[in-house]
Amino acid sequence: MRVMVIVKANKDSEAGSLPNEKVLADMQKFNEELVKAGVMLAGEGLHPSSRGKRVKFTGGKRTVIDGPFTETKELIAGFWLWQVKSMEEAIEWLARSPFGRGAAGMGDDAVLEIRPVHETDDFAESDPSGKLRQKWDELRQTVQSQRSRS
Amino acid sequence: MTASDPARAIDAIWRIESAKLIAALTRMVRDIGLAEELAHDALVTALEQWPRSGIPDAPGAWLMATAKNRALDVLRRGQRLEGKHEQLRHQMEARQMSPKDLDAAIDENVGDDLLRLMLIACHPILSREGRVALTLRLLGGLTGEEIARAFLVPEPTIAQRIIRAKRTLAEERVPFEVPRRAALAERLSSVLEVIYLVFNEGYSATAGEDWIRPGLCEDALRLGRILAELVPNEAEVRGLVALMEIQASRLRARTGPSGEPILLLDQNRARWDQLLIRRGLAALERAEAMGAEHGPYLLQAAIAACHARARTAEETDWSRIVSLYDKLARVAPSPIVELNRAVAISMASGPAAGLQAVDALASDPVLENYHLLPSVRGDLLYKLGRFVEAREEFERAASMTRNVRERALLLERAASCAR
Repeated sequence: MRVMVIVKANKDSEAGSLPNEKVLADMQKFNEELVKAGVMLAGEGLHPSSRGKRVKFTGGKRTVIDGPFTETKELIAGFWLWQVKSMEEAIEWLARSPFGRGAAGMGDDAVLEIRPVHETDDFAESDPSGKLRQKWDELRQTVQSQRSRS
Repeated sequence: MTASDPARAIDAIWRIESAKLIAALTRMVRDIGLAEELAHDALVTALEQWPRSGIPDAPGAWLMATAKNRALDVLRRGQRLEGKHEQLRHQMEARQMSPKDLDAAIDENVGDDLLRLMLIACHPILSREGRVALTLRLLGGLTGEEIARAFLVPEPTIAQRIIRAKRTLAEERVPFEVPRRAALAERLSSVLEVIYLVFNEGYSATAGEDWIRPGLCEDALRLGRILAELVPNEAEVRGLVALMEIQASRLRARTGPSGEPILLLDQNRARWDQLLIRRGLAALERAEAMGAEHGPYLLQAAIAACHARARTAEETDWSRIVSLYDKLARVAPSPIVELNRAVAISMASGPAAGLQAVDALASDPVLENYHLLPSVRGDLLYKLGRFVEAREEFERAASMTRNVRERALLLERAASCAR
């Protein structure tokens, strides 16, 4: 199964302060460990929400709101995509992360969320004919080809 | 509050730690069977203790320390390794360390140990089935039951294969080592063969109800990715990873709603997994940059990449594929490669040219029982409008495959020839 591991934002990540050298080195080491174990598929860190925008639709009307956003705990600071056998395996990997080892600047105030990634087949029940899934897939490909053209 | 069931957590820890554990123990006791037993005993102890005491901070080091103590017990009682055990005991006692030091020491050696374990589990003196079972068990962390289910054979059969493989390794005194250059390449190719065999059994099952078993593909990919990090400069290893990533990207598109197979050119490319394609293309680029002569896995990955890059089946660069098959036929000559080359020729230059290439293979004894030969021939005849002959070929192919889904597909094509 594939999971997304979401690193929630905190005061530091929202302030845009980069982690110190030790934390960075620990994180690097952990990422290497994940790669060596064949678990990590992708991962990125995000700029603070002050550089983000929020697009809101109300009854089809669009509003664009500039960051920063206030509910720090609801924001995200980064994510990984992992290939694991079970949710438990993902939890155990997190125990090996710098967060779990209480590295200074990371262990004191960290919330992570693990969410299984939908396989397209998960929609089978609400879409028995498969038409919606096909449409969705086609849309995804359009997005993809636009990305590779740009 | 923790929401997880401790037994499932321990199961996950075992998956993460078992290969490293068995690899390190094998280096110490020089016996793969004993090493696995020791690791397993440590796991049993964990299952007894952790639900009460909680999971330790460094579970890998805990399991290692427990297994090592158990090894010392066994050696003291002189149950194993007569003659050598006194010396071994001294060695191990001299290495008594705190769990933290132990953790660091394991980490330091873990790469070499894992590589040695992969090489020995895939040793050419073992039968192919033995290598597959041993690799999935020791490196994939799969239970005998899981392996049996994946390969649709009874569990005792798998257990027997594992026992026999371990016995052979012990009797032949196969060293736990990483051999030098030329020998290493040869041993690695045996590992690659095992990994790709596992992948292929998942990708297009040779027998049974299901056409694909994604779990096996995932296991093989994981083993491949691990190996590629252990020997980062081997182009063929990276090439195999690229090949598997790209092939796995099509898993979702390879079956229809009721599990029937969908062939490459008929697949909905929107269902291809773009993340895996990107990973595969990146791995291919790294492998090609190594500058060595391109081996069979790298060339197959390059072929797979031609399909992955084409946004529609019509955009496929068939002439490049033909030239890659030419190279592949030189480095790894096989009638199956020739058959694939014939298909590529038919796509690049038309079905008549393809049929000519296929007919050149018809007398090859290797292909005598290979259902894809009549299947390809049937397809080309169909495209040439020779429906009666095409039908015969599809029916012949259907009678030759052992996969239920594939047979249904071939019979359907046979039926479509009646006009």
